[in-house]
Amino acid sequence: MARMKFICDAERCIECNGCVTACKNEHEVPWGVNRRRVVTLNDGVPGEKSISVACMHCSDAPCMAVCPVNCFYRTEEGVVLHDKDVCIGCGYCSYACPFGAPQFSSQGTFGVRGKMDKCTFCAGGPETHGSQAEFEKYGRNRLAEGKLPACAEMCSTKALLAGDGDVVADIFRNRVVQRGKGAEVWGWGTAYGSQQAGQPAGGKS
Amino acid sequence: MTHRLHFIAIAALALGTLTACGEKPQTGAGIRSDAVPYAGTGSNFTEPGWKAGDKASWEAQLKARQQYGQNEYTRTQTK
Repeated sequence: MARMKFICDAERCIECNGCVTACKNEHEVPWGVNRRRVVTLNDGVPGEKSISVACMHCSDAPCMAVCPVNCFYRTEEGVVLHDKDVCIGCGYCSYACPFGAPQFSSQGTFGVRGKMDKCTFCAGGPETHGSQAEFEKYGRNRLAEGKLPACAEMCSTKALLAGDGDVVADIFRNRVVQRGKGAEVWGWGTAYGSQQAGQPAGGKS
Repeated sequence: MTHRLHFIAIAALALGTLTACGEKPQTGAGIRSDAVPYAGTGSNFTEPGWKAGDKASWEAQLKARQQYGQNEYTRTQTK
């Protein structure tokens, strides 16, 4: 299996925020913390585009590089997770992340002592799979239940794709071929490091 | 003799006080290892069609779910 990846198809996203709601409901994310959000580019201008943004589980994750206590780890499937028992809530990861994924809350089970919270690709954390401790700290572990991230599975237009990177790429490629446009995938190059559509030639990938 | 006993008692008290003020040993530092996702959760919410602990069946299950749930072309068009 290839590594897990996210793609948001801007041609399909209708800014319904279903992904945001699904995420908040599935993991009982507290008030003030948004693991996923929808961003609209050129809002109000004809041709505006919306994209759903969360942790992209980067191939070379900047958050992992800057963490002073080394609380991050990458699973075999390429999902970037962190241990909240090790996190000191310094916020360096928040500055390093190009997607604004790390969230900090001052209260609630997710934010006790200012621990960082972020999208887990619905893969829980280092606690025992399916345990109450894992749910309270990281949310539900859908991957271990044989399911995909709730945000993508709840997307009404299937704009948000998640799962095996090869399958995601195949589905998106087929769409582009069928409709003959919309090959831009914002964040793909930044997160996964390939010079693909949407990335300036010679630019930073 | 009495002075010596006093001295030993005060020294023991000081030692005990210092111990009480010390930090707890930080043996829990570092990332605990995470179990593999295909190990399953054992919960009733587990999706049927794959066997917990079997990596191949877990991967096949996720890929099938991805194709069925996210790729409508496989359902609407026969190519």
